[in-house]
Parts: sequence; C-alpha cells; structure tokens
Amino acid sequence: MIVLTPLGKFRFPVHAECINPDVFKEKSVAEIASLSVWEGNRKKKLGDLFKIEEVSDETLGITINGDVSKVRRVGQGMKAGEIVINGNAGMHLGEKMAGGKITVNGNAGGWTGSSMKKGLIEIHGDASDYLASPYRGSTDGMKGGRIVVDGNVGSDSGCYLRGGVIIVRGKAGPFLGFHISKGVIYVEKSAGNRLGASMTGGKIVVSGAIDELMPTFTIAGVKAKVKIDETFKAQGPFYVFLGDLAEKGNGKLFVSKNSNSHLKQYEKFL
Amino acid sequence: MAEILIENGFVFDPLNGINGERMDIAIKNGKIVRSVNTQKAKKINAAGLTVMPGGVDVHTHVAGHEVNTGRMIRPEDHVKDVVRKTGLTRSGVGYSIPTTFVTGYRYSKMGYTTVMNPSMAPLGAKHTHEELNDIPMLDKATFPLLGDWWFVLENLQKGDLEGCARHVAWMMETTKGYAIKIVNPGGLESWGFGRNVHSIDDVVPNFDITPRDIMCGLAKVNKMLNLPHTIHLHTNNLGIPGNYVTTLETMKALESVATDGKPVAHITHVQFSSFAGDNWGNLRSGAEEISKYINNHSHMTLDMGQIIFSDTTTMTADGPFEFTLYQLSGRKWVNSDVETETSGGIIPMHYKRKSAVNATQWSIGLELALLIKDPWKIFMTTDHPNAGPFFEYPKILAWLTSKKARLATLAKCHKKAQKKSLLPSINRELSLYELAVVTRAGQAKALGLKGKGHLGVGADADVAIYNINPETLDIAKKYKTARKAFGSAVYTIKDGQVVVKDGEIVQTVDGRTMWLDIETAEEIEIGEEMKRKFKQYWTVEYENYPVFDHYVKVPEAITVKASV
Repeated sequence: MIVLTPLGKFRFPVHAECINPDVFKEKSVAEIASLSVWEGNRKKKLGDLFKIEEVSDETLGITINGDVSKVRRVGQGMKAGEIVINGNAGMHLGEKMAGGKITVNGNAGGWTGSSMKKGLIEIHGDASDYLASPYRGSTDGMKGGRIVVDGNVGSDSGCYLRGGVIIVRGKAGPFLGFHISKGVIYVEKSAGNRLGASMTGGKIVVSGAIDELMPTFTIAGVKAKVKIDETFKAQGPFYVFLGDLAEKGNGKLFVSKNSNSHLKQYEKFL
Repeated sequence: MAEILIENGFVFDPLNGINGERMDIAIKNGKIVRSVNTQKAKKINAAGLTVMPGGVDVHTHVAGHEVNTGRMIRPEDHVKDVVRKTGLTRSGVGYSIPTTFVTGYRYSKMGYTTVMNPSMAPLGAKHTHEELNDIPMLDKATFPLLGDWWFVLENLQKGDLEGCARHVAWMMETTKGYAIKIVNPGGLESWGFGRNVHSIDDVVPNFDITPRDIMCGLAKVNKMLNLPHTIHLHTNNLGIPGNYVTTLETMKALESVATDGKPVAHITHVQFSSFAGDNWGNLRSGAEEISKYINNHSHMTLDMGQIIFSDTTTMTADGPFEFTLYQLSGRKWVNSDVETETSGGIIPMHYKRKSAVNATQWSIGLELALLIKDPWKIFMTTDHPNAGPFFEYPKILAWLTSKKARLATLAKCHKKAQKKSLLPSINRELSLYELAVVTRAGQAKALGLKGKGHLGVGADADVAIYNINPETLDIAKKYKTARKAFGSAVYTIKDGQVVVKDGEIVQTVDGRTMWLDIETAEEIEIGEEMKRKFKQYWTVEYENYPVFDHYVKVPEAITVKASV
C-alpha cells in the first residue's frame, strides 16, 4: 500500500489523475514519485507535492493523509483497488471509475463519481455539487456502482443517472436527479426544488421534506415502504408520483407522507 | 526569404502529370521556381519520402457564428480534448469543433495549407472573418450563403439575371467571399414559415419560384461573373431516405446551364444526398445510381462528406434538416430561422458502427468515392464537423487506398449494414497519384485556385512531405503505416517556410484570406429601395453591414472580370 502525505498547503489546483491504484500497480516508490502532474500551469512530479511511502502490506491501495481539496481527478477511471482519503477530497474524484472502492473521511468536491460505471464511493462528510453527474453539457450519466454520502449533497446531483444507487444520509440541493432514466437515488432528509425534473425513468426516494413538487408529476398512490437495493428498504409511508410528464416520463418519485403535509391535497386525486 | 531545395523525393503532382517521379523541387520567395542557388539554399533530403502539394480542403466548417455556437453548446466535447500551449503554439481545445488556433495547427500537421469555409450567413461575415484571421498556418476563403437571400430571390423572380449578377458581385465584396453557396434552395426561406420544400419543383412561399429556378439562375449568374469556383450546392431533401432521386433531378436540371463541358456546380457532402429506400428502416445506398450518372456527365464535381464513427457536432444552414435530426435523436439543439439571410441548426451527433443507419451512411460515402471512376470529380471531405472531425482524414485515406482497411471496419459494423454494403464487391484501391487528386489537385482545380494544388513553376510554395516510400511500402497492405504517415507530415511548407517538421509545429505563420473583387462593366449602385429594406428588415444598419478592408488581417483580393 502506498501512503501519500501532502508536503505543504496547495496554492493552485493540481490535476493528478495518476493517483490511481491501476497506475501505481507494480511501480516502485521512485517511479511513483516521478509521475507527472499539473500544478496550475506548471508540470510537476508527484514527488514534488507529496511525501510517498510504501507500507509493507501487499494490498493494492492508496491512502492519502491530509487535505487534498485542491487535488483533482484522484482515482479517475480506476478499475480496481482502494483509495482512502483522510481529509477533504478535490473535484472529479473517481470520475468514470469502473471498479474498486474510494473512501473519503472528510468532504468531497464537485463531480465526485461523475459518469461512474462500477465500484463504490463512500463519503463520510458532505459532497459538493454534481455528485455522480456528467460534465456540463454531457448526457453521459452514472451507469452503475454505488455512492454513499453520510452528509449533505449540493445541487444538480445524480443528473442523467442511467443505473446504480446513490444514498444520501443528509439533505440534497436543488435539481436532484435531473433527467434520470434508470437507477435509484435515496435521500434521508430534505431535497431541494425541481426534484426529478425531466426524469424519464428510475426512482427517487425522499424520506424528508421537499420544498415543492413540480406540476408535471401526477400522484399514483401511497406505499408503505420502498426497496432501495438488495440490502435496504426505506420505511414510509410514501406518496408515489409519476413523471416527468413534460418529457412523457415514466419515473417514480417517492416522497415521505409524514414530512410533507403540504402535499395532502394530492390525496383527493387518488 | 530563404531558398529551399527539396531533393530526391517521389513527387506526386497530378495537375502537372507527375506521378511519383524522383525529382527536386526548388522554392524561392514563397513560390516554386525552376532552380535555386544550390550553395545557399536550405536542403531538405526527401529521399524515400512522398512529396505532394499542400492539401486543399474544399469544404470544412472552421469559422463563423454557427461554428462558434457549436463550441458554446458542447463543453463536454472540449473537456475530452484539451490542448496545452507550448513555447510556440497557443492553447485550445478540440474535439469536434476545435478552437481556431488548434484548427490551424492540426490541419498543418497533416500537410494541409488551404481550407474553404463553405457556409457564412452574410450577416455573420464580420464574425467569420475575425475567426478566419485567428486560424494560423492556412490560406482560407469563405462562401456567403446566397441561395435564400431575398434580393437574389427577388431578382430571379423578376427574371433579371443581370441585376442578380450585379447584386451577387456586390455581396462578394461586401462579405469578402469567394463563391456562391446554396443550401437547400428555397427550403430555408420556407423554414422561416415553419415549412420546407420537398422537391426541386416546390414553390417557395412569397416568391413564386422553385429550387430549380434558384439553382439554375445562380449557376448562370456564376458563369456571367466568371467566378473561379462553381456554385457550391447542398441539395434539397438532404439527409432524407430516398433523396438520391432529388440529387439526380438536381444534376439533370443543371445540365441546361452546362454548355462548354466544364463543371457548373459542386454538390457538397454528397453522401448525405445519396440515400435510397423510403424510411430509416430500409435505408440503402443510392451510390450506384449517383455514380453512374456522374460517370456519364462532366458538368458536376462532388465531395464525399464521409462519415467517421465518432461523437461529433452537426451544423448546417439547413435548419429544417437539423430539426429532423432533433426529432430523431432528442438531443440538445440550436436553431436559427429568421434573423440571418439563411436558417441554421446545430445538434450533436454520435455516429456508431452498431447503428445500421450510420454504418450504411459510412458505406455510401466510400462507395461513391470508389464507384466514380474519375478522381477529378469527387473529393475527400468529412464536411467537418458534420460527418466527423477533419483530423480523422487519414482514416478515410486508408479506406480509399486499401480494401483490407475497408473490410476491417465493415466487419465491425451493424450486420444489416454489412449485408447491404457494396464495399465487398469493389476492388478499386486509390493510388498515391489519385490520392493527391482527391486531397489537393482536384480540389484546387474545382476551386479555380491557380497557385494551389500543384508544384509547377510559379505555384505557391505549399508543400507536404510524408513518410511514405512508394517503392517499398504497399499502402494497400500496410494501411496503418500509411494512416500514421498522413496524420503527421514529415514536413509542411507554407509559402516557402517550413512550418511543420516530424509532425510538430516549428513555426507559426498567418495564412491569407482570399476574396473576390469582381469588376463589373458598370459600377454597382446601392439603391434607396435596398437601404429602406435594410432599415425595415435587418438587425443591423446598412452602414454597419459590409466587411471593411481592415477586418481581414492578411487579405488577398483576387480580381475577376465579369461579363456583365
């Protein structure tokens, strides 16, 4: 296992897609130290920015101790192995990842798990905006895998989801699940407005309060509990809404009945 | 300026009939000369290398407001292709709609030296020229869209061809343009009313003329003005199954204008106009019919518009066609309908091998290029970025020169497309000589560029040298080696200066912008009536409309004497 410790506080954004178990595999510490990264507009070596040590155990893993919130693209496209970050992580963490596990003991930046295909990301703090969402303009959303956030997530999370599971233990910002077509998003606390806008399929489950429901959703019933994945069922009761009708969508929106008394008016359409 | 002597290369110069002869090329003051002082001249040893004139692209959307809008709506396209600055070159992005500087560098690395921007709304002419100024390494020109321009339509409606010609001459100077571009004639004017035309004899709303009248009228105008290029035509019904019939009708209609056996029109990205079948399910190739006609007639030139399997961006003045694409794909799109003198649309498009339609389109482009026997009649383009980005050209060259390369790609395509494709039955493989025709000589000839596309004495010293030894390398078998060689020129020489060496930029130069200064028999007067119309209908004042001389960084006015 390789342990990376920042040599100082980062002043400029660092692009370090080389911090990836697939890249580190079978490389010596010296070889890892000579991998190139960009710090601002300067090309640097990984060894210029991090203290790099090898810890004896044979696992394919990377541990980063310290605040790397300015270090972007860690674990980008990784296929196997494990990354543990003891501190805050930067943008594009685990972007397009296709396997393995990333754990953040801190907060994560924007576009964490963007367009990911497989694997597991656990964030024990908050995640910023665009969690699991594709880059601006792209429709290439998350296809599979699992993301668990213990804290809150920012706006535009889970956009264009096409598979996989996102679990948020805290609150979610606006535009959660914009344009999703498949997959599941679960939010334990509240979710912001424009929830599920343009969704055409998939499931969004909110156990807390929502600010407003888009007028393009129609009520379909009330359900006692909803299956999130094989291991976990969310306890209701939930209002079930179908939409987004503006997109002729067939997505399902489950919203807690007890936390959303302002949606009671919909019951008369049942 | 330094003298250069390119020694011992295998020279392919079709316009001068040179087919792989081992000879020297001498350069002085930016021109090809008979000989140079061998003591003083910088010598380039081209022994074992292929020497060709610099590449000429007859149709590539590299500048203008539709290109720029395409850039704006596709951040996800840029993020996957970021180009960093070097000590010499500027930073930028690709992929399908590269920034202006990256466009110049990438063309130059492939040995190209001249490109034609084929679609410019006159209202966006200033913007287009500003972007052209920022494309280094290349000579360029731009074609104003005149096929649905009210003044042209009014003149044609009145039957006043001379008046129309004078107006077109004025428009060329006003927009600093090079040729008459016509897109879906009549269809774009109809699109302003949410309609389209579906044959060359449909009537255009409010003008009581037909696409046939517009095409033939402007082809005649083109002749009256003695323009170096023919009309540059994007056909009606483009991109619609069964449209090869319209294309044939178009070519037949233009026969009436052809009197001296010379080409009177250039149909661009003909792949998109050669669909047979009556819906997307039974789409098949119309290449046989089109190529049969072209093989028997000499009044047309074509370019391929070859599909590259990639995630690209389509952009055309053909607004109704882009609307059709939007209905098919549901992707984000931009449309313009009434402000400019044409319409327009932009939509991302991912051409996939596993799509039966896309794979058939891919096959149609190659079938056309191979079934048309005379390489001087069909040129290699992708209609960048519509069918694929220009820097994928080496792939097309490999498909054209190697049956093995074609079949290797075909084997990965959708089964339905494989079954329908004519490619397995075509054995033709283009030679290096023919390749030089379809990538530079033929294009330069069709464009009427006297100093381009050849290496005769007096030509512009635009030269490309590739690492291909025709004596030892069989490009039909080793197509991957050839593909690599065409993607990265050993040398590109622009106006007598070495700008690329071993596939890397070693010097940046500004290219020239060519435009037509048409001398008409009498001075063209802008009447009060036209000024009044400007005030009433246009979003700019008449005084702000023309592209003034200072807009063009390195202008090259080509004087043409008109017969009106």
